[in-house]
Formats: sequence, structure tokens, C-alpha cells
Amino acid sequence: MDIITLSIMLFKIIVIFIAMLLGVAYLTWLERKVLGHMQIRYGPMRTGWHGLLQPIADGIKLVFKEDIVVDNANKVIYTIAPFIVAVCAFASFAVVPFGYELTLFGRTIPLRIADVNIGILYIFALSSLSVYGVTLAGWASNNKYALMGGLRGAAQMVSYELSAGLSIIGVLMLTGSLSPVEIVKAQSDVWFFVKQPLGFILFLICGIAECNRTPFDLPEAESELVAGFHVEYSSMKFALFFLAEYAHMIVMGALITTLFLGGWHLPFIDVTAFHPTGITGQLLLALLPIAVFVAKVFCCLFFFIWLRATYPRLRYDQLMTFGWKVLFPLALFNIVLTAVLQIFNVL
Amino acid sequence: MIGSIIKRIWALLTGLKETFVYFLNTTVFGKPITQMYPEEKRTPYPRFHGLHKLLRDGDGKEKCVACSLCAAVCPARCITVEAAENEQHEKYARHYQIDISRCIFCGYCVEACPVGALLMTGDYELAEYTREGMVYAKERLLRE
Repeated sequence: MDIITLSIMLFKIIVIFIAMLLGVAYLTWLERKVLGHMQIRYGPMRTGWHGLLQPIADGIKLVFKEDIVVDNANKVIYTIAPFIVAVCAFASFAVVPFGYELTLFGRTIPLRIADVNIGILYIFALSSLSVYGVTLAGWASNNKYALMGGLRGAAQMVSYELSAGLSIIGVLMLTGSLSPVEIVKAQSDVWFFVKQPLGFILFLICGIAECNRTPFDLPEAESELVAGFHVEYSSMKFALFFLAEYAHMIVMGALITTLFLGGWHLPFIDVTAFHPTGITGQLLLALLPIAVFVAKVFCCLFFFIWLRATYPRLRYDQLMTFGWKVLFPLALFNIVLTAVLQIFNVL
Repeated sequence: MIGSIIKRIWALLTGLKETFVYFLNTTVFGKPITQMYPEEKRTPYPRFHGLHKLLRDGDGKEKCVACSLCAAVCPARCITVEAAENEQHEKYARHYQIDISRCIFCGYCVEACPVGALLMTGDYELAEYTREGMVYAKERLLRE
């Protein structure tokens, strides 16, 4: 690995990390804005033009808050827990392909940080690991509400992880690969949500449940558990949970885009058919897939926020019943259906 | 059973439609109902009970005859009137003050006034930095 490859790698990591942080910050802004407008109000309006500086103000506020460690907490675990959650959420983005390749000055740059051939498995592993952060935070805080939140988080993640994993098996059967790049490549003509409508809906629901988003936000149910697993956290530790939650949302959006919405592909238009002349045209063509990918992720995120504005929270037993008695059998049925259809060469 | 499932899913979709219509109506096709207060001020209704005003007659003379009926009727006892006699041997209010911090804006004083000297205006921005500032003397009540 020569120095240029290494520096390109480093550049990609830094750019993606900064983009993630900015994305997370402005996702909170977007969420507050969209929620506001859906409730016939404005949302943030005072800090900057239409409240555009609100995320920065929030960040500064959180930094200057007092960092409280509860007396009876298990200090070590209490401190580590937010880091586990944040690291898992941010590291998941390493294998997400946001474009195929970029050819600059005779050098081909793959548009992803790591080309892991079991990338999907990697993302699932990390998102399962982040449950540890939630559960440990709940336990280490030594607070009954936090503990309840942590336990609920663990139970919910275990139940929905299963259905999420099963619901994408249809996609994996169609591509025969666990590599995100291969999966996106296989969708160049038909996106998988057409071939796998049931799998798509199931994964969408499980994805929202994994992000702890409304209507599945049981671990932090404000009206019953105060704030759930992060009741006792303040300042930057709380900010890390917050960042992780929104980063997880972005990762989930990217995952849905990769698995079902055709990744960087434009619908009905084959980008490779264009042969623009001039450096600007070529650069635009090269950046188009990234823009398409970002737009698709944005649509997913908008959908998440839209759901939050619409639905109330599920009761706990409803959540479990829904996970085990509805999603799980349907996911199994989807696998069988896909297998049968594949045998008869329909898909 | 299938029918009830479809009905439930339909209900979920109806909910999504509802919020999305609100979203469109407040972004693309209109604005939220929120009034951005300091920039956009609300115009009060004609009979709004705001800050009092003492009126003058056509010659610019104060209408108030210092009968103290307003002070008598005031349930919050926030009006103080001190009567005196002018050069034409007419009764007038030497001191007339309303403590706005005590006033309940019921408007009885306006109703009680026999000469129509008192009026309630639409002014509602009455915040002050001191309690003393809340006590309106005659000069402030006679404002244009």
C-alpha cells in the first residue's frame, strides 16, 4: 500500500466522519422542523435563518453542561457505555457503499471505506453490539427507570434483530453475496423492494425498532420511564447517546437504501450511457451516484420522522407480540416464498 | 380475518396521509398557524380589554370629573383618584393613577364612568422592569 492510497483512504475516512457528524447534527434540525410542520407549527426559527444554527447552539450547550456521574453508579461501566453505543453506530458506516468507483487522474477510487465481503453481517454484528451500550448504561446508572429502559432495550433488540436478519435473507438469496457492493450491483435493473416487497416492509419495521424510534421507542419511553436508559446521563455523555441514536438512524437509512432501494442507481436511467466531455461534466457524472445515494437515504430518514409524527408508542406486550407472532413468521414465510419462486425461476 | 388486517393497515396509511397533508399545507401550500410574535403582532379585537386611557373632550380638556366611581367599582382596588377644584370651580382629578400590576382588566371602571372619560385600548405589551413602572399616573393614561 503506497502513500497515495493510504492518504486517499485517510481522506475518505475523515470526509465520511465529518459528513456523518454534520448529518447527525442537521438530522436533529430536520426532525424538529418536519415534526413542527406536521403539527402546524414552525419548529426552530430563532437561531439563524429558519433555525439553521440550532444544532450548533445545542452542541455548545451540551458541551458546557455539568458532567454528572451518579454517586451510586458503577463508574467504569457508566463511562464506557455511551462510547460503546457511539462507536458501534459510527463504525457501521465503514462498509456502506455510497457510490461505485470514482476515476480521478487515472486512479480508481472505490467509494466506500472498507470493501468487506461480509459487510452486511458486519453491520448487523455492530448494531447488535450497541445493545450492550444501552443495557450497560441502564444497569450502571443504578436507577430503576434506567434499568427498565436498558432491559427493554435488550429484549427489544433481541426480538427485532432476529426478524431483521431473517427478512434480508431473501435479498441474500437473490444476490448470493453478503457484500453490500455486490448487492447494489445486482439491483442495476430492478431494485429489490420490487422483488422482495414483504422483506422490504419487514426490514423497514425492524430497522425502525432497532433504532429505538417511535413507535418502538420503548427503551426511552418518556411518558413512562422519564428518559429510559439515559436518565442519569448529562453533558457530553448524553450527547454521545444522542449522536449515536441519530447516527444509527442514518446507518439504517443507508442499509435500507443498499439492500432494497438500489443504492447509487438511478431509476430507469443508465448513467453509464452518458459520455460527457470536459472535466466538469465527468466530475458531475462521477458525483451523481453519491448524490443519488444521499437522496435515497434522505427519503428514508424523512420517512422515519414522518412515522414519528404519526404514530403513538406501542404498549410493551404489543411490541413483543408484534415482533414474535407477526414479524418473525412473516420473515420465515418470506424466505420460503423466495426459495420457491427462485426454484421456478420467477425471480 | 384478512379483512380486519387490511382495515388496520388502511387505518395506518390514513394516519400517514393525514400528517403528510399537514406537512404539505404548512410548507408548500401555506404556513403554520404560529404567529412569530415580536415580528408579527396580533391585532386585538375592537372590544379587547387592554391598557386604560383617559380621554379629553373637543377642547383638549380632561373629561374626568374625579367622581371616584371607577375607584369605587374596581374589584382589584387599583385605581386612586384625588379630586381638586380648578380656576373655573370645576372638579378635576389632581392625581389619577392605575396600578396595572393589580388591575384584572375587567372593564368595570369604564362601565362605571358617568362622563365617558375612561376607555380600554388594545395595548397589551405592558411588561416593565420595575414595579413602579407598572403604576400609571395621569400623564401616562392621557397619552395619545
